[in-house]
Amino acid sequence: MGISTSLVYLIGLPLAGAVILLLGGRRTDKWGHLLATALSGSSFAVGVYHLIEMVNRPAEMRPTSQKLFEWISVGSFNVDAGLLLDQLSICFVLLITGVGTLIHIYSIAYMSEDRDRRRFFAYLNLFIAAMLLLVLGDSYLSLYVGWEGVGLASYLLIGFWNQKPAYATASKKAFVMNRVGDMGLSLAIMIAFATMGTVSFSGVAEQAHHTSEAALTAMGVMLLVAAAGKSAQFPLQAWLGDAMAGPTPVSALIHAATMVTAGVYLITRSNFVFDAAPIAQLLVVIVGAITLIFGALIGTAKDDIKKALAASTMSQIGYMILATGLGPIGYAFAIMHLITHGFFKAGMFLGAGSVMHGMNDEVNMRKYGALRHFMPITFITFGIGYLAILGVPPFAGFYSKDMIIESAFNSGGTQAIILGCLTLIGAAITAFYMTRVMILTFAGTKRWDEGVEPHESPWLMWLPMAVLAVGSVTSGYLLYHDKALYKWLSPLFEDHGEHEELLKPIVVSALALTMVAIGVSIAVYKYMRENVESIAPTDVSLITKFVRKDLMQDQFNEKFFMRPGQLLTKGLVKTEDVVVDGSVRAVARMAIGSGSGLRGLQNGFVRSYAALILIGALSLIAAIWVVVS
Amino acid sequence: MTFTSPVLSYTLLSPMLILLGGALIGVLVEAFVSKAKRPIVQLTLALSVLTLALFQVWNIRGEQSLTPAMGSIIIDGPAVLLQGSILIISIIAILLIADTEHFTALPAALPGSEEERRAIAMGTQVTEVYPLTLFAVSGMLMFPVAGDLITLFVALEMLSLPLYLMAGLSRRRRLASQESALKYFLLGSFSSAFFLFGAAYLYGYSGSLDFAGIQTSVVGGTGNDVLLLIGIAFLSIGLLFKVGAVPFHSWAPDVYQGAPTPVTAFMAAATKVAAFGAMLRIYYTVFANAEWSWSPVLTAIAVITMLLGSLVAVTQRDVKRMLAYSSIAHAGFLLTGVIALNKSGLDATIFYLFAYGITTVGAFAVVTLVRDSSGEVTDLNRWKGLGKRSPFAASTFAFFLLAFAGIPLTSGFIGKFSIFSAAYESGATGLVLVAIFSSALAAFFYIRVIVLMFFSDASEDGTGVEIPSLLTRSTIVVSAAITLILGVYPTPIINFISDLAIFIR
Repeated sequence: MGISTSLVYLIGLPLAGAVILLLGGRRTDKWGHLLATALSGSSFAVGVYHLIEMVNRPAEMRPTSQKLFEWISVGSFNVDAGLLLDQLSICFVLLITGVGTLIHIYSIAYMSEDRDRRRFFAYLNLFIAAMLLLVLGDSYLSLYVGWEGVGLASYLLIGFWNQKPAYATASKKAFVMNRVGDMGLSLAIMIAFATMGTVSFSGVAEQAHHTSEAALTAMGVMLLVAAAGKSAQFPLQAWLGDAMAGPTPVSALIHAATMVTAGVYLITRSNFVFDAAPIAQLLVVIVGAITLIFGALIGTAKDDIKKALAASTMSQIGYMILATGLGPIGYAFAIMHLITHGFFKAGMFLGAGSVMHGMNDEVNMRKYGALRHFMPITFITFGIGYLAILGVPPFAGFYSKDMIIESAFNSGGTQAIILGCLTLIGAAITAFYMTRVMILTFAGTKRWDEGVEPHESPWLMWLPMAVLAVGSVTSGYLLYHDKALYKWLSPLFEDHGEHEELLKPIVVSALALTMVAIGVSIAVYKYMRENVESIAPTDVSLITKFVRKDLMQDQFNEKFFMRPGQLLTKGLVKTEDVVVDGSVRAVARMAIGSGSGLRGLQNGFVRSYAALILIGALSLIAAIWVVVS
Repeated sequence: MTFTSPVLSYTLLSPMLILLGGALIGVLVEAFVSKAKRPIVQLTLALSVLTLALFQVWNIRGEQSLTPAMGSIIIDGPAVLLQGSILIISIIAILLIADTEHFTALPAALPGSEEERRAIAMGTQVTEVYPLTLFAVSGMLMFPVAGDLITLFVALEMLSLPLYLMAGLSRRRRLASQESALKYFLLGSFSSAFFLFGAAYLYGYSGSLDFAGIQTSVVGGTGNDVLLLIGIAFLSIGLLFKVGAVPFHSWAPDVYQGAPTPVTAFMAAATKVAAFGAMLRIYYTVFANAEWSWSPVLTAIAVITMLLGSLVAVTQRDVKRMLAYSSIAHAGFLLTGVIALNKSGLDATIFYLFAYGITTVGAFAVVTLVRDSSGEVTDLNRWKGLGKRSPFAASTFAFFLLAFAGIPLTSGFIGKFSIFSAAYESGATGLVLVAIFSSALAAFFYIRVIVLMFFSDASEDGTGVEIPSLLTRSTIVVSAAITLILGVYPTPIINFISDLAIFIR
């Protein structure tokens, strides 16, 4: 493994930006956004430099590390704060800084009217730095710091317009639900430390062979809880829709391209744990499968364009999580889908932002319609993202999603058939709801509110969209061609070789495309034929109502977690009040009582003070008398 | 009778000599420089003298010598660490002393007299405070390095006399200030008498005034134990008085409240380092072998000091008095480090002293900012809602309070943790339990102030917060930064202390 001294700049540059903008205050209003963008771009440049360096080295020499400082040293427990850049983290570094920089550029225009644009950019830089720390940390503990950092940045950015109470509530909801996941991560770290005595990735990987399966399963389940929280996977998925309260560039960067994929990173990074804990691995697959269907279903009933896209994100990450649960055959494809998804989903979110920009911040798709004539560039870039997510060849999603479906079919046993079918159904539903989004927004008739005059967005906004669209076209083939990404990542995973092949790749592709075609046809049939009403119809089937309410996820959480939780806390508060507070109050009363009593000694007369000293001295003598005799 | 000229090692003595020289020049400045230029000249002089002395301390950090001044002074690792701490604290404190109008225009004038009004109208304030500070600092530097009882006593008086004077120099509420100065002086003299009495007994016990000689007798166990015990007890009273341990603490609240706040800051922080430094040397070397005699008594004093400090602080309504009781409680915590009597106890006590001193200066610096038309506002009721009016003052003060309370990520946590674990290591489990209980009790009143500042509605009575000048601002920011760094990443400084902190005998 190589040693590098420049890894720290990757994180340091955006961190410096955040510090300067936050401490500099209003003085930096004029140029803060430019600085932030430049620093994010420089971090990207450092990343590219490292990529070139890595490519030029033989595979086993590619990972580099940098020790920063001795962090914690208590007895036998030593943690050095260090960074590790290997084939896996470089993928993330480039995605985070690359897409991140594009979104910085986009935000310059998108946020230009906002008084607090500087603060927004400071938070964006903070996010980039924290996310880089998450993927560059060389131990679970460093990862944890980054993990909490992105949680904080996400919270600050979702609630960026916190003058609206609903938005503030949304950020709080995201924060609280993420806490549940974070609990899982901290428990996983504690389990690692208790059973293996180390929390570094290399240490845990080494110890995993000598550790009991039970411990590894427990750790794996806790890691899964963490991943589910951050990546909005079942059963911790409910926050993502509300997170759309944040400014749209935030939704694109944090809640589509990068932060929500941290769970995929965590599981992939912990492959040595999951490969040795089949039960935990199975749970990963189940969670992924449930979420990919769940998210897709929610997507079908959303009229809010951002929430529809959020549901889609949830579902696509379900695909990735499922792939990671398949073990060594799936890791590379999970990452591949993660990267292509980063391109097309970020592109579509920016497109949604562009539409909102032109429509006076309207998010209800029922009030759009016919926008392709008014926003041609947005239409084309969004359309490319649409084709990519559907998995139409040769767009990026075709390669990455097909590989996941294929791996699911090839994972062996009866589970293979169930998983394969679920991923196919997911693809069909995805095709349905995405086509619905396209039709409602860009086709059909105008259903705008009065006074709305849609217009194309300025070049600062469409340029990043165009770049991402190019990525949505090309990234799939580039990563797939000659198994480029698979070969790149494979030194990191222990592949046990042989996999049975249930279906030929060409059959899988044909099946997938058929399913997509079915989904598209239903959507076209339903939404092109008849006029869409600008107010959602209410006389709909029970199922629609059920789906519209997000499959009752909030009601479920409320009924089964919040209410019992509230009851429990009420009980605890009562106990607290009577038992704990009671005794504390008693102590406090005693303290105040004796305090006031003792205060009497402090009467201000120097003669009393001197007497006190004398009494003290005499007591000392008395004590000595006792000691001596 | 033959008279041998003393052999002096000037390099090792230079920090103290530089300060004494600087103080003398300061007196000359008072005599010869025009009134208008004096403040800036004095400040420059004081700062450069302190910095130079600190530089010299850094230069001699590896040195060890029992005889830099014929056995009267001992220079070793702890000496360097303590002198360095005192100098750093003094540098930060002098910035606060130099700021705005804390000191009276004419100390000699009767409060409220015509003479005073005229002096105020002229806009002057005393600048003698700078040389006084330098004299006090030189005494403090000498206190923990003294090698015999005479030098120890001289150092004690050298640091005390300027402080008595400085306590009486307040610009506002002059009567209270003068009263506190007089109290401090009377009680200080009273305790000095005990100190001398103890020194006499120790001489009677061992026939020697220098530490080495007394230690030899203690190790040999040849003398009369009663003399030794009374000597230790009375000597301890003098030292315990200076650190404000119960029952010798009664001066502290009145003097802390009455003295000008920058002086309180300086006194509370630097005196504690000096006095505990001397205590460490005496108990860790001279009386180490007589532990059986002083350890139980000192434990009892530590327990009542911690408890009383924390208990009475709860009832205080005045921020300066509250900090005074808090400092009493901290004296108790520090005593647990002295009682530990092991290497980790020594390291921890030195770390705690430095961390606590810095935090104290910072906290009092914030107190100087909260004012109304008649001067500082120290009534806690009028601090309500400070967080809204001045986020800077309120949040830094809250941070310092959290450090006092020993919340993680502050230096206070590292200090408390290491000092309690050292005491635990030495077997003083009961003492540690009391210490933890008192810490919890103390956290109550620190956090109550934070609640008051941030979660109570502001009172509308003209309590304002002054925009801090550059000097005060740097005091606050530097103190906060050190408090934070020592809390987040203390390893380098802990290693530095642990490498150096070895007493030579």
